[in-house]
Amino acid sequence: MKKKVLATLLTAAMLATTLAGCGGGAAPENEGGGVEAPSAEEGEAPAAEGGEATAADEGGEASADDAAAEEEIPTATFGDPNGTHMEMWTFVELHGQHYGNMVEKWNEENPDRTIEITCTTYPYADMHTKLLTSLNAGTGAPDICDVEIGQFPNVVAGLDTWLVPQNDTAAPYLDTMVQARMDVYKGSDGNYYGIPYHVGATVMYYNVAAMAEAMGISNDDVIAKIDAVTTWDDYAALGQEYLDAVATDGKYWTSVDTAGCDWQWIAMAEYGEDWTGGMDGTANVQLDSVKKMCTMEQEWVNSGLAEVSPDGHVDLEAGFQNILDHNIVSFPKAMWYMSRFTNYMPEEKGNWYIAKCPVFEAGQKCSVGIGGTGTVVTQQAVDKDLASEFLCWAKMSEEGEQLIWDNLGFDVCNTVLWNDDAFAHDDNNQYNQFFINYPYDVLYSIKDDIGTVYTTAISPTINEQMCNVTLNDILENGVSVDEALQAAQDVVDLEQ
Amino acid sequence: MNKFKKFFYSQKAAPYVFVLPFILSFLLFWIYPLCSTITMSFQDITPTGTEWIGAKNFAKLLKDTVFHTAIKNSFQYMILTLVLLIPFPMFFAVLMDSRLVKAKGFWKACLYVPALTSVVISGTLFRLMFSEYPTGQMNVITAALGLGTFKWLKMKATGLGALLLVACWRWTGVNMLYFISGLKAIDTAMYEAADIDGATAWQKFRYVTIPLLKPTTVYVLTISVYAGLAMFMESYMLWAGPDSPNNIGLTIVGYLYKRGITKNQLGYGSAVGIVLLVIALAINIVQLILNGTLKKEEN
Repeated sequence: MKKKVLATLLTAAMLATTLAGCGGGAAPENEGGGVEAPSAEEGEAPAAEGGEATAADEGGEASADDAAAEEEIPTATFGDPNGTHMEMWTFVELHGQHYGNMVEKWNEENPDRTIEITCTTYPYADMHTKLLTSLNAGTGAPDICDVEIGQFPNVVAGLDTWLVPQNDTAAPYLDTMVQARMDVYKGSDGNYYGIPYHVGATVMYYNVAAMAEAMGISNDDVIAKIDAVTTWDDYAALGQEYLDAVATDGKYWTSVDTAGCDWQWIAMAEYGEDWTGGMDGTANVQLDSVKKMCTMEQEWVNSGLAEVSPDGHVDLEAGFQNILDHNIVSFPKAMWYMSRFTNYMPEEKGNWYIAKCPVFEAGQKCSVGIGGTGTVVTQQAVDKDLASEFLCWAKMSEEGEQLIWDNLGFDVCNTVLWNDDAFAHDDNNQYNQFFINYPYDVLYSIKDDIGTVYTTAISPTINEQMCNVTLNDILENGVSVDEALQAAQDVVDLEQ
Repeated sequence: MNKFKKFFYSQKAAPYVFVLPFILSFLLFWIYPLCSTITMSFQDITPTGTEWIGAKNFAKLLKDTVFHTAIKNSFQYMILTLVLLIPFPMFFAVLMDSRLVKAKGFWKACLYVPALTSVVISGTLFRLMFSEYPTGQMNVITAALGLGTFKWLKMKATGLGALLLVACWRWTGVNMLYFISGLKAIDTAMYEAADIDGATAWQKFRYVTIPLLKPTTVYVLTISVYAGLAMFMESYMLWAGPDSPNNIGLTIVGYLYKRGITKNQLGYGSAVGIVLLVIALAINIVQLILNGTLKKEEN
């Protein structure tokens, strides 16, 4: 009797586990990946630029990725059906559109070497998982693929067994490009593997209209005050002035991040430090610059000058809503955040002013390149030379840079264009229209002050520890900065 | 033709033919991956080559505090699911089997439907419910009760509570069905005999139902131990990825996914998997011995 029941149940178990085995293996790739919201430091990934799919009223960390997971995977084919066919993967639909536009131009200019390209947009985590799996397997990878900078170390680990070096094809454009942005996509063998879209220079965004209203002064007076800010002390003082004027609960000068390391990156750039230790160095998160920034953030949270960003950082629905509600009126972010304004906060048009970030000590660098997407050509490409040549042209030529600025709103890496009047002061450009000042004027003014923090093999570990544990401990749980950074260092040391 | 007939009717061959599909799938999808996971756990696998590194992966696991957090979380979750997901489904099953409940089919369906719902969808809904926003469902409820709002998914206790809620919502109906099938196998004569002896309802439950349900309970316990330790999807969905504040939602399988898939460290990920297997096997073997399931049945 007892045996019979047990036998029946065991049979059921065998059947169930067999089925579960099939289901379980596929689950993370097919279902899971769609909902990962990458942290702020990972650049332009979170709320995909093509984000018409985003539900603005979603409360959680859900971003455009969620909606994308439940919809069909968007695929678009561009170019000449008789040309060389290429597959391209991205996690931002607009990026695919960019290659679509560029392939049409390429075909006009190169009628003997035409291309047809199929761009597929996968959710962020899904795409990177698929790419790694197909590169590992040696089959199934696309010809050209976008790789987000936070994920880049995992992909570039394959060096030239996985990816095609771009040294020769990139060479014609190198003298006008920001060298630091080329360097972040280098492999450990010194070859260039990824081609950048943008610098991602950090700047300070200020809501001039809200400040003027609260402080009872004109926009110009507010701008004069902002322009007078040099150091973080000046910045905090201006914030206090604003808070005294607005005197309302729930209003803050800025918000500090627990799920992104932008603030720490800025501090490192200002002191010329880098917690990864560079390409061949040893990682150290207990840097003076990091300590100073964390201590300052903790003080601000305690004094009520700053709040902790809802859901962890400003590049999520929660962050957009917070900005729209004018709960915060200033924050530092990379220049690619401009597209978040036009996409998710169009009603803020004409309110915001872009300025350089404050520094700890006068004379320091005031910006750092954050985030980014390096596009790679895989060794599985049908025509590696053609794919490489097209990629470099599409992302680094003047035609390519023009479209990147107009459509994607990025601070392009071609420095010659930064003070080109026709390019930088084009009043038809939606970003020039949106902000009070010309974004490229700010960029040009800080062109020698943009520091570099490398993204190396240890970066994902540091980023993960900081965003999951350390910054939460410091800003939410009141753990001392030294203690929290020591714990982070212990975790990082285990990996090196 | 005759040969085939002979073969299939042969009492010696037929059993093997019948179990062949299972044996094949078992070898292909279980034994082969298991062996290769064991091999890989002793290797450092990089895109450019594979290297034998002995027990270094395991030595590293001993020092890896994030992994220790994952184990602690998985254990807490497993124990609490055992506490919640055995007594309550058993109680519901007894209710369903009694004459006290009307419209049994309806209630059974209600409890079972969550198991059929996609975890992706339910996880997303639960995430929105537990949002730290004042407009999140749970915050609306707590605010209405005058308790204020909470950052549900940022704190250990509430985060674990949310996970348990998802687990209970999802698995109560399934476990209840197991218990119902166990109850059906109990001979009603036992209850009649107890009635004649003047047993109360509680005594019947305590001295007839519980002992006779033991095989089912042991089975549910065994799969729950494994399911608790291997939980991944619920946490992945609730925190929109394998990362959670202070790693409060990190589980052993979540860590395996993070290392093996996201970071492409297949060797280290395999070592995590082996540790999970060893833990789950150890607990279950001890538990089965203590329950007497592995003993020879007495006649």
